[in-house]
Amino acid sequence: MSRIISVIKKEYLQLRRDRLTLILIFMLPLVQLLLFGYAIQTEVKHIPTVVFDQSLSSESRDILSSFSASGYFDVMYSANSYQQVTRYIDKGRAQVGIIIPPDFSRKLAQNESAPLQVIVDASDNMVANQAIAIANSIGLIKSQQILLQKQPGTSLPLDVRVRPWYNPDGITAYYMVPAILGVIVTMTMVIITAMAIVRERERGTLEQLIVTPLKNYELMLGKIIPYIVLGYLQISVALLVGSLVFKVPIRGNILELYLLTLFFITASLGLGLTISNIAKTQMQAMQMAFFVMLPSILLSGFMFPRQAMPDVIYYISYIVPLTYYLDIIRGIVLKGIGFSYLVGQVSALLIFSLLMLGISTTKFKKKLD
Amino acid sequence: MEYSIVTHNLSKKFGSFTAVDKINLNIRPGDICAFLGPNGAGKTTAIRMLCGILKPSAGSGSVLGYDLLRNPEKIKENLGYMSQKFSLYYDLTVRENLNFYAGIYSLASKRRHQKIEEMINLADLAGREDQLVANLSQGFKQRLALSCAIISDPQVIFLDEPTSGVSPAARRSFFNIIQELANQGKTIIISTHFMDEAERCGQIAFFNQGQLLALDHPAQLKKHAVPGKLYRIEVEDPIRLLNKLRHWPGIKEVSLHGRSLHILLEEDRLAILKKYLGTEPKVIEPTLEDVFMALAKRKEGERYESNYLGN
Repeated sequence: MSRIISVIKKEYLQLRRDRLTLILIFMLPLVQLLLFGYAIQTEVKHIPTVVFDQSLSSESRDILSSFSASGYFDVMYSANSYQQVTRYIDKGRAQVGIIIPPDFSRKLAQNESAPLQVIVDASDNMVANQAIAIANSIGLIKSQQILLQKQPGTSLPLDVRVRPWYNPDGITAYYMVPAILGVIVTMTMVIITAMAIVRERERGTLEQLIVTPLKNYELMLGKIIPYIVLGYLQISVALLVGSLVFKVPIRGNILELYLLTLFFITASLGLGLTISNIAKTQMQAMQMAFFVMLPSILLSGFMFPRQAMPDVIYYISYIVPLTYYLDIIRGIVLKGIGFSYLVGQVSALLIFSLLMLGISTTKFKKKLD
Repeated sequence: MEYSIVTHNLSKKFGSFTAVDKINLNIRPGDICAFLGPNGAGKTTAIRMLCGILKPSAGSGSVLGYDLLRNPEKIKENLGYMSQKFSLYYDLTVRENLNFYAGIYSLASKRRHQKIEEMINLADLAGREDQLVANLSQGFKQRLALSCAIISDPQVIFLDEPTSGVSPAARRSFFNIIQELANQGKTIIISTHFMDEAERCGQIAFFNQGQLLALDHPAQLKKHAVPGKLYRIEVEDPIRLLNKLRHWPGIKEVSLHGRSLHILLEEDRLAILKKYLGTEPKVIEPTLEDVFMALAKRKEGERYESNYLGN
């Protein structure tokens, strides 16, 4: 026990002197959260739009105002020809072009179907999908209105009422902030511990430790425990910023969140330690950490839904600790669910942690050959 | 316990390379034994096996009565080890380093404070307790590394080239500390390639190409290891003479030392040499270097005989 405490104390002292790392550890959640929370909106609004209105009627003005009132389309340019529309989109000044033919109002009046063309620059997938979906639904809603106006007294045969739970307003920050928190913690923990053993190996202090009575597991635990504390500090900073700046509601039990987070931190630290035991130099450790971190962030469902992944990739994402933690943190923060719903995820993290700590303890031989 | 370190045909192979080849050591408590030899002679490998951090390929050995193979953890509790890298934490202060190692050896709080003070005095670091190790001079780092290694009061101390890169004054004060520790009855193994350092040790183990050439007191080695008598002559043109004498029968070894030559001569050949030179060569005591050369040469001869003459 005294040996573990000595290692913890030493790690703490070294960390305290390493000002730059400390600053990074606390700045990382702040900067990342602000950046991601503000800059990243998966919901694309205010798409620059060019309009070529050949009808110039009250009906065409009506449909155009529906488009701009939706908030998704900003009518910024008015074109006089089809070529001009093309030019605006080619140059990238507009991403959507709305073309209304000259006979638009005449066809409407004669109860014919009035065509209306919406051109979308689909080179940006996210924008295009959004624009297409919104344009379609504007068309549908307008059609319904016109039908009902023409035949008063009737009602629509189907009435689908969608109720988005947990995040009714579709605020991206609610969805992103908890996820970013997970990403930041795992990134910091893996990188810091990846350095932990290999640094001592490089500086020659490991050789000294090997000839002392210090046991493997004592060294591993002594290296891990200070960083668990650090991980919690980081999470607290991030949660604070999330709820103060982005007003993310924490619906579940925060104590439960802290408790379950322990499994995620341990899993990340275990992964880092394993890297540290395999790598020969700090440079290698750094590269391995990135090699592991990048795919796991992408696979976890942090930004891209896992349901959209091909089967093989989908199953691979099950070995990424972040995948489980996203379920846990989004579950507790947004859905307000508790441990009983998250047993599977927690057990997966526990198994992962034990596996990693097991590997690093056995891999680290107290012999030199 | 008569011997604190005993080995029997202790060997270590890395693949097909034999780093340590059947060494037999018997070292008493209170002895300072220098492992002397060129780089790659097997000194460090031998030390690492004795520390229990490298598994021997063959042979056996014990330290303080604990078997190298069966009880390496027990040995670790009773040994101090200092490597040529001065394994200190440069971003910790002097006191923090000592405190860390005191904790690793589970020293109780009261003894810990007492030991740390003792070590600070021993290493002459009083007044620098709160300095970062990174800012200390090499000499201080070396003495601090020693202090950290012996804070648990180990009975056996291994020092692997502890004096490289340290000023002569610091080397001397370091050696005084070592001497004091030996006087307390501790066994000390120190590997070095400084002949003058080895001279101060009670025992010298000569290593070459993984083999132990000799293990004895420096004076004994000088008396017995060199076959024949060693003479020194001073001449105008030593190089010309060197080339001439090299092939003389009866001259076993001739080497250049500044403006003079050292000549190792078979006992009864002095008269001929005297006549040739016209002066009386002075008899000198062989240096450890001479001893090493003679031992290495003899071993070379034995190997030649066993390889080619079927002995």
